[in-house]
Amino acid sequence: MNEAPRDEHPTTTRRGFSRRALLGTGAGALAVGAGLGVAGPPAVAALQDTLGDRAPDDVVDFHGEHQAGIVTPAQDRLCFASLNVLTKDRDELIGLLKDWTAACRRITQGLDVTETGFDGGSEYAPPQDTGEAHDLSAAHLTVTVGFGRSLFQDSSGRDRFGLKSRLPEGLVELPHFPGDKLEDARTGGDLCIQACADDPQVAVHAVHNLIRMGFGVVSTRWMQLGFGRTSSTSTEQATPRNLFGFKDGTANLKAEDASAIQDHVWVTDDSWLRGGTYLVARRIRMILETWDRESLTGQEKIIGRTKGSGAPLSGGEEFTPVDLGMMGSGNQPIVPEDSHVRLAHPDTNDGVQMLRRGYNYADGTDTVGNMDVGLFFIAMVKDPATGFVPIQKKLARQDALSEYLRHTGSGLFAVPPGVSQDAADYLGRPLFEA
Amino acid sequence: MPRTAMTLSALVTATGLLFALSACQPNDQSGAKDDGTISVTSTDDKCEVSATEASSGTLRFDVKNDGSKVTEFYLLGEDGLRIVGEVENIAPGLNRTLTVSAPEGKYFTACKPGMVGDGIRGDFTVTKGEAGDQADAQDSQLKDQATSQYASYVKDQAEQLLSGTKEFAQAYKNGDDDKARELYAPVRMHWERIEPVAESFGDLDPKLDLREADLEDGQKWTGWHRIEKDLWPPATGYTALAQKDRDALADQLVTDTQTLHDRTRDMTFTADQLSNGAKELLDEVATGKVTGEEETWSHTDLWDFQANVDGARIAYEDLSPLLKKRDTELDSTLKTRFKDLQKLLDQYKEGDGFVTYDKLSKDDVKKLSDAVNALSEPLSTVTDKVVE
Repeated sequence: MNEAPRDEHPTTTRRGFSRRALLGTGAGALAVGAGLGVAGPPAVAALQDTLGDRAPDDVVDFHGEHQAGIVTPAQDRLCFASLNVLTKDRDELIGLLKDWTAACRRITQGLDVTETGFDGGSEYAPPQDTGEAHDLSAAHLTVTVGFGRSLFQDSSGRDRFGLKSRLPEGLVELPHFPGDKLEDARTGGDLCIQACADDPQVAVHAVHNLIRMGFGVVSTRWMQLGFGRTSSTSTEQATPRNLFGFKDGTANLKAEDASAIQDHVWVTDDSWLRGGTYLVARRIRMILETWDRESLTGQEKIIGRTKGSGAPLSGGEEFTPVDLGMMGSGNQPIVPEDSHVRLAHPDTNDGVQMLRRGYNYADGTDTVGNMDVGLFFIAMVKDPATGFVPIQKKLARQDALSEYLRHTGSGLFAVPPGVSQDAADYLGRPLFEA
Repeated sequence: MPRTAMTLSALVTATGLLFALSACQPNDQSGAKDDGTISVTSTDDKCEVSATEASSGTLRFDVKNDGSKVTEFYLLGEDGLRIVGEVENIAPGLNRTLTVSAPEGKYFTACKPGMVGDGIRGDFTVTKGEAGDQADAQDSQLKDQATSQYASYVKDQAEQLLSGTKEFAQAYKNGDDDKARELYAPVRMHWERIEPVAESFGDLDPKLDLREADLEDGQKWTGWHRIEKDLWPPATGYTALAQKDRDALADQLVTDTQTLHDRTRDMTFTADQLSNGAKELLDEVATGKVTGEEETWSHTDLWDFQANVDGARIAYEDLSPLLKKRDTELDSTLKTRFKDLQKLLDQYKEGDGFVTYDKLSKDDVKKLSDAVNALSEPLSTVTDKVVE
């Protein structure tokens, strides 16, 4: 994604200022260690100084009422990690979340993870930043952190970290859906990190460094790279095509539709999760080998849209609303009963909508050489029990598309609200300190 | 478990639609595009056809719905009744293509906005082309031959499935597990050979062939694979079924199979159902059998594998005389690939059956998968050749 002419302008990129250039301005006395140090109050002010009024336009603010990376227009690249918490010490866990917060404040602005950075420390010590994103811009990096059910209580229901009583209602154990082929090594986790950026190296750098900061406190359970956002989350974005070649996410919730986002994404009760949401992740393998052998008409009937323009089979163009009641020949619905569009449509799901934010993935091949590729589905929902489980049950059972899909990984995480500019604030603070 | 299999609606042939003749202004005759495609614009009150004449052979109509209602387009015979070709469900704003094979003669084109009434008609003439009409008539005969042969095959397999199922069910009820285990895979082969037909009955398929992984919470598990697990139980954590459960499962299996059998008695098929069915059988092999997911407990996946390939091969062989005329190269490619796959499968034969799936090495499975892919890819292009 990043096509910086590095030879001529080693310190800048096409998209904005590089980490090196920003560090060159040299302001700020930052005292964030790569270990378990805690950012002091001057941190945010110092950062502001660093950037001054030169904040490049490829920076997405890490701060806000909600975490970034949810209604942010979907970037093109994803690095997602799920982690298990090893420590039994609540303070150690909080310490890590504080470190992550401090690091995120910097890396989302295109800076190294600490001021000392990737080559500013002792030559006898490992560099504090791993360095691979150093010459790259912020690339619209967002880092979004979530908490899994197993953080609150273990599999036998035992309290962990004194959080059991604060387990959010929506953080359920997802049921087995028909046809699930979940692999343990791609499922679950106590914490998740979703890093999205225009540049895959920037996204990987973010996860890489957060994992590194967490050694001893957390261990990585699984990790997933994604490319080519599969949904548009803003009216300004064109609808991308998924690996089946169909436009995907035409009817997705859009950030501009504030009332729908309020109704379907943000948790609005009075719990600590208020202002947050739930992140559902599903690794869905797409069996391209057999899909590609389906005729054009067959493919269109399975999806319920035309392959070319993405118009619903009930006519019009891409953004024409689907007319589920339109009857075709033989008094059969023109949008087939088992088509994906019909089954996933809000009108057939009690008006439920989700903010999809998924990515394609390509992870090589299986043991017989078939491509292990598909969709790393991510959806942000207000309540998984009503906003995801029923619809997925229905799709797994009836969707004609299911024949070409295999769910191999799964995760459900409660995404806490955003972090304020206040240097004492940190990811998940309302959970631990209310 | 393909749900795109032969859908019931497709099994109903559209006949007997009455069209009253209504004259329509003939269009300019020189409107066909360079590639011979004739464009049709259907609005709520007009049916504009870019040409009123074409030479015999394959005709392509590109139909655009510029109206506000769902429309259909027909090519009708000289009597205004016989449907030579039709394309349905063209919603406003969409394009659809009708490809038909038409011999020399007089025809009508008809758009039917709103899908009711007589349609907006126009005269259409097919002149004698280079290929000649004899070829067209012969093709139609070859198609009839293929589909009736296949219908007989389906009936025959359904009969054998029913009698085999009865024997199997009896052995299982009697507690003669050795005999039941012996019969399980060979009897199921009859099912697997006509799987797309069986699966077209959406009510029967889940009752008869659901795998444990496909179950949803609270769903009752019946059919072959439920009994399979009881006959090849997991080493730990499994409670064998009581006699009354055995009886119920076995009786249900026979009843459902009887229903399937009865429904296949007067089924008719179209050529594209044969080719699509063959493709779907190979899809089944690729996603279920090659991976050993079908027969989790008995590991008799290779029996199913062989049966799926049998079923696909029969459909192909029925269509082969027609396909040979339409695309000789494709026909001979398929012949070779079926042979290659069979040769590979033969290596795993043991006695009257096959080695169990768990005996296959990763390398064996990879080879089988490659051979299936090699066959499936050209097989998926057959429908386009035989549908007209």
